[in-house]
Amino acid sequence: MSTTTDSKIRIQLEDFSVTDEIEAMKKVSRNIGGITTFLGTGRELSKGQNITQLNFEHYPKMAEKKLEEIRAQAIKDYGIIDMSIIHRIGPIDIGENIVLIVAVGEHRGETFKACEWAIAELKRTTPIWKRETTSTGEVWVQDTP
Amino acid sequence: MISLKYFASLKSIAGKEEDSLEIENPITIDQLSDIISKTAPKMGAIIREKKVMISVNQEMASADTVIHDGDEVAFLPPFSGGAQ
Repeated sequence: MSTTTDSKIRIQLEDFSVTDEIEAMKKVSRNIGGITTFLGTGRELSKGQNITQLNFEHYPKMAEKKLEEIRAQAIKDYGIIDMSIIHRIGPIDIGENIVLIVAVGEHRGETFKACEWAIAELKRTTPIWKRETTSTGEVWVQDTP
Repeated sequence: MISLKYFASLKSIAGKEEDSLEIENPITIDQLSDIISKTAPKMGAIIREKKVMISVNQEMASADTVIHDGDEVAFLPPFSGGAQ
């Protein structure tokens, strides 16, 4: 697991700074005119039950590889300048950061589209699993909306 | 020898996170599911009913994908990363 902000694809236990990640991406090019971010956070209510904690597990190597593929395809298909994707694993409390996608481009249009596509693709293709802890026990979430 | 990896909900079904298996010749995923069914019927059924995805050496595989000695086979339940 890489923890430096130099790498544009990271899966890590520790929290990240959204501001630092955006600033790092702004340094990629002087032609950046639009930045879209998606930040996923731990939600308390799921299917009517109160969640006390989330826990994420990943398949090392394959998950990083899939995120790199998503980044490369987003750059190619949407014409953005660059993209970073950071996903946390391990225990995550309600309200904490889970995943951050930063898409940078010359104009806003392509960055909005690339960011929305990337989070949907991440959920569809990246081997990362979420376990929710509620008052009635623990359950692995298996639906992918 | 091939290595087998189980993730998320499959760990409790398989009763383990990792396993290994000696194979004399290359086998398909279908043949592997038959072998697993003999010792772990519930896991074998889940594989046959395609309730999980399977990767070989971190690439998605299908029923006729051939597994060779030294390969890493992983059983992957539906993904749920990211956030809604």
